[in-house]
Amino acid sequence: MNLNQLTINEAREGLQKRKFSSLELTKACLNQIKKLEPKINAFVTVCENEALEQAKKADNLINNLTIEQFNNFPLLGIPIALKDLFSTNGIKTTAGSKVLVDYIPPYDATVVKKLKDAGTIIIGKTNLDAWAHGSSGENSDFGSTKNPWNTEYVPGGSSSGSAAALSANMCIASTGTDTGGSIRLPASFCNIVGLKPTYGRVSRYGIIAMSSSMDSIGHFTKTVEDSAILLNVTAGQDKFDATTSNRQARDYTSLLKRSIKGLKVGVPKYLKYEKQELRTVGPYEKAMQLIKSLGAEIVPIDLPHEKYAIATYYIIQPSEVSSNLARYDGIRYGNNRSTFGDEAKRRIMLGTYTLSAGYYDAYYKKAMQVRTLIRQDFERAFKNVNVIITLVSPTLPWKLGEKISDPLKMYLSDIFTVTANLAGIPGLSVPAGFVDGLPVGIQILGPQFSEGLLFQIGHSYENATKEEAWRNLKPKL
Amino acid sequence: MKINITHVAKLANLTLSKEEQEKFESQLSSVLDYVNKLKEIDTKNVEPTSQVTGLENVTREDEVKPSLSQEEALSNTKSKHTGLFKVKAILEE
Repeated sequence: MNLNQLTINEAREGLQKRKFSSLELTKACLNQIKKLEPKINAFVTVCENEALEQAKKADNLINNLTIEQFNNFPLLGIPIALKDLFSTNGIKTTAGSKVLVDYIPPYDATVVKKLKDAGTIIIGKTNLDAWAHGSSGENSDFGSTKNPWNTEYVPGGSSSGSAAALSANMCIASTGTDTGGSIRLPASFCNIVGLKPTYGRVSRYGIIAMSSSMDSIGHFTKTVEDSAILLNVTAGQDKFDATTSNRQARDYTSLLKRSIKGLKVGVPKYLKYEKQELRTVGPYEKAMQLIKSLGAEIVPIDLPHEKYAIATYYIIQPSEVSSNLARYDGIRYGNNRSTFGDEAKRRIMLGTYTLSAGYYDAYYKKAMQVRTLIRQDFERAFKNVNVIITLVSPTLPWKLGEKISDPLKMYLSDIFTVTANLAGIPGLSVPAGFVDGLPVGIQILGPQFSEGLLFQIGHSYENATKEEAWRNLKPKL
Repeated sequence: MKINITHVAKLANLTLSKEEQEKFESQLSSVLDYVNKLKEIDTKNVEPTSQVTGLENVTREDEVKPSLSQEEALSNTKSKHTGLFKVKAILEE
């Protein structure tokens, strides 16, 4: 096995036992990037020199630390890629947009600081739909990222580069943001684990803002356990983000090994949706049977306002986008407003319209009221079930270019994911199999701050599918 | 649903070409037609949700803390003058 294929947990063990160095691990990732980047286009910036230097420092530390001291650095020497929406001090941060093509932040996002303090090697900044607007990665001003499982297909977006880079083993883990599905969808399309934490669990400070009442800061990993390890580092209150919760973050790895026997799993009654063909339903039904066989009880539930979720989301989100992108005037940093791409222009105008005089009540206020009804649907459901499991996407990954000229069709790809952002609840996307050689994922949704429970179920499911043939498939690159 | 694209673009401080105006007008109109389905729902007496944290009045002491230096704050601008951002005049004499 090549070092770049390791999980966080495996890499950490190997580093601690000095089976290999962080420099070797980092070089293995950099070599994979060199080999595959021309095919995948996962990165905006590769931080080769900085990463090598950091790896040498990490090796020095590892050689001089006791085991107790080593445990204070949960990600020491581990190469991680960051979505290019995370501000990095001294490293170009573009948001995937030409507006910020040469912007170099003078500070680190809180999450970046936490990752650095934990010992992480930042290997590069990954490609994305510009400003995180998109479901396919095709809205990047720096070219589309390709799906490593079939490079004619999209990897999902907006955290397209982070998902593709991880599934192609160009890094050991990667970060993302999820405002309407931008972590869960690409995780599902690329056959990896993606976590959208509870709104307010992870600081948004220094992450370029899209829709401030829904932006959730999460990550991609190869396993559920790794996802818990990363959340242990990123979660917690931040004095620079007043919306972070003062609830104590727990040790998210502590529940992993618990049985899911007796847990109640809700399954929404709908499945035929908006005339979408549900080719992804086979792996979903198989997954639900397996979860039942592990001792969970499957309970049908009703989310009556779910069918209004996309309409609600496409009023609230562009409204907040129009406000957040108003600051880009080309004066203090970045280029002027003529450099915005099509999708940013669309969302700015849509939001400007729904907030403008005479339309506010009909659109924005109405959507905020329906948001209340959607939250209440979940609150009611979680009185009877511990979690809800659904598909992540109604479709398989689509071919590059297929939906690019029809924005509404693109927006509808997020039909199963946006509800979690409207309600502020966490969601964990885990691989569930393949249809026609393309990955399918399921998502586990729970009440606010139930990440530990999501990891418990995800880990159980992952363990139970360990021997299945699809779990050992690798992208042919 | 028709959207007055030139008015909205002006409010949003965006300059659009003729082709862009036509393209965005039809694309945004179809999105508005779609979101109009919210009108089906009775929302009388439903409180709006503007945030989901339940937190209220999060404040801190107003203390001087380390922050960006003047040089750092100006480090990305293309237009500065004696340590200040230089902008076009907005008021005329």
